[in-house]
Amino acid sequence: MESMSKAGIGRFLARQGILIAFAVFIIGFTLANGRFLSPENVMGVVRSSAILGVMALGVTFVVISGNLDLSVGSMMSFSTIVVLDLHDKIGPVLAIPAMFVMTLCLGAFIGFLVGYLKLNSLIVTLGMLSAIHGLTLTYSGGQNMDIADKEGTWFSVFGQGSALGIPVPILIFLLLAALLGIVLAKTPFGRKVYAVGGNGTAATFSGIKRARIVFLCYVMSSFCVAVAGLIQASRSLGSQNTVGQGLELDVLAAVILGGASLLGGSGTIFKTVIGVLILGFIQNGLLLVGLQFYVQFVVTWAIIILAVWLDIAAKRGKLLSTIA
Amino acid sequence: MSDQTPALRLEGIVKTFPGVRALDGVSLSVMPGEVHALMGENGAGKSTLMKVLGGIYQPQEGRIIVEEVPTVMTSPLQAKSKGIVFIHQELSLAEELTVAENIYLGELPRRSFGRVDWEKLYTQTDAILAKLKVGFNAKTIVGDLSIANQQMVEIARALTVDAKAVIFDEPTASLTDAEKVVLFDVISDLQRQGVGIIYISHRMEEIFKITDRISVLRDGSYRGTLETRNTTEEEVTQLMIGRALDLSRNESNHELGDVALEVRGLSCGHMFKDVSFDVRRGEVLGFYGLVGAGRTEIVETLFGLREPSGGKILLDGEEVRISSPADAISKGISLVPEDRKGQGLVLGMNCRDNMTLPQVGELSSGPFVAPGAETAIFDKYKEKLDIRTPGWKQTVGNLSGGNQQKIVIAKWLSMHPKVLIVDEPTRGIDVGSKSEIHNLIRDLAAQGYAVIVVSSEMPEVLHVSDRIVAMFSGRVMRTFTSEEVTEESLIQAISGITATEKVA
Ligand SMILES: Nc1ncnc2c1ncn2[C@@H]1O[C@H](COP(=O)(O)OP(=O)(O)OP(=O)(O)O)[C@@H](O)[C@H]1O
Ligand SMILES: [Mg+2]
Repeated sequence: MESMSKAGIGRFLARQGILIAFAVFIIGFTLANGRFLSPENVMGVVRSSAILGVMALGVTFVVISGNLDLSVGSMMSFSTIVVLDLHDKIGPVLAIPAMFVMTLCLGAFIGFLVGYLKLNSLIVTLGMLSAIHGLTLTYSGGQNMDIADKEGTWFSVFGQGSALGIPVPILIFLLLAALLGIVLAKTPFGRKVYAVGGNGTAATFSGIKRARIVFLCYVMSSFCVAVAGLIQASRSLGSQNTVGQGLELDVLAAVILGGASLLGGSGTIFKTVIGVLILGFIQNGLLLVGLQFYVQFVVTWAIIILAVWLDIAAKRGKLLSTIA
Repeated sequence: MSDQTPALRLEGIVKTFPGVRALDGVSLSVMPGEVHALMGENGAGKSTLMKVLGGIYQPQEGRIIVEEVPTVMTSPLQAKSKGIVFIHQELSLAEELTVAENIYLGELPRRSFGRVDWEKLYTQTDAILAKLKVGFNAKTIVGDLSIANQQMVEIARALTVDAKAVIFDEPTASLTDAEKVVLFDVISDLQRQGVGIIYISHRMEEIFKITDRISVLRDGSYRGTLETRNTTEEEVTQLMIGRALDLSRNESNHELGDVALEVRGLSCGHMFKDVSFDVRRGEVLGFYGLVGAGRTEIVETLFGLREPSGGKILLDGEEVRISSPADAISKGISLVPEDRKGQGLVLGMNCRDNMTLPQVGELSSGPFVAPGAETAIFDKYKEKLDIRTPGWKQTVGNLSGGNQQKIVIAKWLSMHPKVLIVDEPTRGIDVGSKSEIHNLIRDLAAQGYAVIVVSSEMPEVLHVSDRIVAMFSGRVMRTFTSEEVTEESLIQAISGITATEKVA
């Protein structure tokens, strides 16, 4: 400890690399554009990250259980379109629960395939990404969905309202983060999620119903998607069929940036929140320094790859030291 | 021997981890052609010392001297290039790859343009495997092999280089007697070639059979070296644990209770056929047989991991169907599985959470886990089983092999099951703790638990069991009571030599 060896420094860098890279980004952006750290901008970033953040909370469960969820983006489009459509047909009071039920059904279906039928989660959720997109288009007939009376509905409160001076989306994000953080860290279910992702066989030998845990993680994820869809619909009161397209990668990037391992068994809600903020600031910073919006895609990907690489590098170091 | 230069010397090695001083100035020297035993309790620092030697850990202080040349080991591959070969305690093979690829990992033979020379790879590998007399070949996928055979692959790795010193860290923990014979042949071959061998094991009979000298570690410090010829088990034990060992069996004269578990004509495909036995409360039933005799498969069936193809299981006189481990646990059956790393532990999780995993739901207060109750359980069994760890927060993967095993045992003991099944309970456990665990098993029986012990170690089965079921090739050959059993009759029964009397 006193003298940190070369390997020690390597491992430190691997573990803290993201934070260091983040610090460099922040300093760079602030130098390039003084507005970057202004209160309005910071609030703006948090606010625009809320939808992504809510989805990342659910995906954190899935990733810790050792699986992937690439369907959240197109599922969010589905939720948004459905709730907007039903809003005018049956009124918001019924539309919201109806949309939640439908979205949860999608999550349950994925959970059934991955948990009980033990299908590969990458394949299943990738397939569901396009299947749900098709479902959404069928539902909407390809049309954009708009609420007729945009001024007169209280439905806008979830996306546009604010309480105690804080925008409602941020409140929802933070409350849900607190709630799910407690579920993951303090309940038997949370413990089982870690066990299933850490060593599925040992979890089974411990009497944990692995299939059920995986199933519940996907249901949890779809619940978060429904919340995100609600915020999105309420914010814009109208939407295209593709509103969530590509979000699955941002969500995954945020979760991994936070330090959850793609191999399962590690990560926390708190770290995911940090990951969401890091991603939000980086993307915002790129815009502020005048890079094109589309450059973000490239950057998001570069970040994912970097994060995964660091994760694997850290694991390798660890693996080497744990072979007894 | 003394006028030769040592193959290897370690001087004043210090290695600390957060909260643990694993090695505290340890020195050791190994002569060419010598088999040098390294002994010590679980967590004494044996594996850590070898990992320092093998380039996996960097010591804080101390020197490594190979044939009088001070050498810094920076990585396992570099250590191997200096002639130090390390056969690990826990298997470290890539399960998806072939045997050949595993053996030559990182140094596959090449043709032009860096293409792998597969033909050469396979012939070289098969040549080595032939020496080991194993029943698989170079192209077998490692994941398909039994644990014992995977161990043989590790050993085969050692034969690929021009080794100066070979380290065996508990190589026999999961080997059958026949495989052990092969291993000892390999060791004496190496010895004849002048290779220095460091041999770590908790099994006294092996130590006294194959080693020349014995060095003992205790709590991370060096306690001395004994000539194997001139010492006794008692002396070694004394040095290791600082006291003599009480090997007497505690015969409490408790009454046997009702039959807790009854198995009638149980079959499972070709794994085992027509198996019948019963266990009473207060009784320890031993299962003895060769690896592959079907013992593990039987206990896995009792634990809901396999579907029986015929027969009945009765708990407290009532027929039950056990559909899953969760089901078995709720019916009061616990299983300490044979493979601690694969089946017993979530290595990345901390000690306490691993120990309480099967009961995390029951322990909860309201919707929340109850850390207080969990820590209390952890503390109780840490004390009871003498588990060496700085605290419950330590990641299980960082514990020594034997202490990991103790966590698994504690995990199932703390469930207070009706029927406790233990499969190879003392694999990798030091002599002191081993007798403690044996006593614990006897105590549990005395308290009225029904206990099933599966073991490949005859002394263990003989020591703890009230009755012994001898198995051969998926069938029960005979059930002995502890009064009538002898080593010879047991050996005969498990080799299928006795006339197959049908036990109705
Ligand atoms: N990576 C690590 N991080 C923290 N502590 C460690 C690590 N590796 C080993 N230790 C600690 O160092 C001590 C020595 O462990 P070591 O594995 O060398 O024991 P051992 O003598 O091989 O025991 P066993 O007979 O059980 O295999 C133990 O207390 C162990 O918990
Ligand atoms: Mg060890």
